[in-house]
Amino acid sequence: MHTTRLRMRGTILAVVTAAVSLWPGPDWATIHAIGGQNQQPEIELVIGGDGGAPPRYAVPDFIAASPDAAEAARTISQVLWDDLGFEREFYLIPRDTYSSVPAARSPEQVPFAAWRELGADAVFFGTVERTGDTVRVQVRLFNVRTRQTVFAKEYSGTAANPRLYAHTIADEVHLQQRALRGVARTKLTFVSDRNRERLLGPVDNREVKEIYISDYDGANQRRITTTRQLNITPSWSPDARAVAYSSYRNITPQIFISLIYQGVLENATKGIGSNYMPVFSPDGTKIAFMSNRDGNPEIYVMNRDGSDVRRLTNHPAGDGSPTWSPTGTQIAFTSDRTGTGRPQIYLMNSADGSNLRRLTTSESYADRPTWSPAPFNEIAYSAGTGAWYDIKVHELATGMVRQITFSEGSNEGPAYSPNGKHLAFTSTRAGGTQIFTIGRDGRGLTQVTRSGNNTMPAWSQ
Amino acid sequence: MVSRRGVIVALAVVALMAAPACARRSSPPLPLPPQPAPVAPPPVTPAPPAARVQVEDLQPAAPALAEDSLGNRSLDEINRDSPLRPAFFPLDSADLDESGRSVVSSNVEVLKKYPQWVVTIEGHCDERGTAEYNLALGERRAVAVKTYMVSLGIAPDRMRTVSYGKEFPFDQAHTDEAWSRNRRAHFVITAK
Repeated sequence: MHTTRLRMRGTILAVVTAAVSLWPGPDWATIHAIGGQNQQPEIELVIGGDGGAPPRYAVPDFIAASPDAAEAARTISQVLWDDLGFEREFYLIPRDTYSSVPAARSPEQVPFAAWRELGADAVFFGTVERTGDTVRVQVRLFNVRTRQTVFAKEYSGTAANPRLYAHTIADEVHLQQRALRGVARTKLTFVSDRNRERLLGPVDNREVKEIYISDYDGANQRRITTTRQLNITPSWSPDARAVAYSSYRNITPQIFISLIYQGVLENATKGIGSNYMPVFSPDGTKIAFMSNRDGNPEIYVMNRDGSDVRRLTNHPAGDGSPTWSPTGTQIAFTSDRTGTGRPQIYLMNSADGSNLRRLTTSESYADRPTWSPAPFNEIAYSAGTGAWYDIKVHELATGMVRQITFSEGSNEGPAYSPNGKHLAFTSTRAGGTQIFTIGRDGRGLTQVTRSGNNTMPAWSQ
Repeated sequence: MVSRRGVIVALAVVALMAAPACARRSSPPLPLPPQPAPVAPPPVTPAPPAARVQVEDLQPAAPALAEDSLGNRSLDEINRDSPLRPAFFPLDSADLDESGRSVVSSNVEVLKKYPQWVVTIEGHCDERGTAEYNLALGERRAVAVKTYMVSLGIAPDRMRTVSYGKEFPFDQAHTDEAWSRNRRAHFVITAK
């Protein structure tokens, strides 16, 4: 039996033991042959749409193979529909239009003619079986025209977080069908005041802010700090197992690294100065940050353990908001050296701060640069547009700037998804300050948080 | 809510404490004249006679409390009614203007009276800047205050700077007035 280990990245629920195996059904040999010796080249794995249009996918409810699996089955099919829709690679046929299609109880019963009439190019069939605290999820993706199975897998593991099975299926289908690294299993981290707790200490009227993590879609929001203090500017380690942030628990902000699945907390800056906005280098070995340790806000780089601190900027203005280029050789940052209250974005070499140059020349105010992952070669930032802010993107190859938000509230703090197709950001458009995601083309706005005020999002790999 | 004309500080405190009790009896709440005696005893330590200061004398800088009582109080108590006043900044500026310098120099006088005090200078910003830049701007404001205080003779190792950006507005309103109050350097005594 062919089994591989499922990578369960970044789940607190510890679903790590889930195993994947190819479905031992009639199509197994076919799938295996295509994956291996390619003996049946007539089978087309990638499902296309009509005339170059995006293929139309249907995700009917998965079948509960045991009575207590009904809720998990519903959750998995709905989340799978959401996940596949999020990347906008496929057209997802709305689930409330499936009533004309008879439900299949087995893969042999899938009514391809009825799905074809609904306009589906691709349809899933899945079952969910629950045994105590574990579930087994079997899923197939059919090409409706050829009635062939193009994807068939089985997953088993804990029943605690059914959404993770849907996320895994979505990522694997995106990889197989579109060679795309989906984001369904990625996570966000952000700052929230939702507990409305008052800060301990002598100053009245200050609210605690803690660091949270959640799934990319806002599900499973959890607090990872319990300091009853101010904690801000979180960012993920590249392996998505640690969050670095600034905490004011000892009055002056220090950079802490929380290994969130081990419950280990490391203080990287060790009480020296005030330290803000830690960001991991792409290889995870270094952290860039802002510090006042030499008497003025400047950009520094240190090893992850806090050793070998090197100063990269030296200017009486304020330098902050560092972000690494995808290869780690450059850092973009914000400086107000052309005028207080008028920050602009600059680039420099990450090794020594050399090759300094200004990036934004047509903005009155530009802050919080975030360098996109490859293959995109662009920097998103918060741009002053009138009284407030909007998200803009500067394409490095062409110098072209495109605007992502258009003054629906104030929009700040962009953070790229690991595949570069999406941005998380904060907006005041829905009351308070909330986190949203949007496509890098400005389409597909989704609200992620709703409780309290939520700011400073960062997106895991 | 309470007429301040000719009322001494201690009495004003008592009247403020009594106001909610008065309001409970009559609705809608009306501003009542301060009741002389039968209100509950003030929960705070009564100010000694030496601390009886006219209200209008409190408007300028001078610390209102006698030095002895200040020296004997806990850090939290001192900070809640701090003799160190916040310095405010113009829009888009990290430079102290004349009124800011005057506030800071009066704070310097206090720190010279209490040479054992260590302070944290917090830089704050209004909500109109972005969260990240405001962390740098708040730090620059705190640094500007520290630099000025060093020039007036306070040892640098008695002061730490920290920026809160726009995370802790003093006034939550979204008005020019609120914003001008939120652009500030706030002083917290952290050791004595």
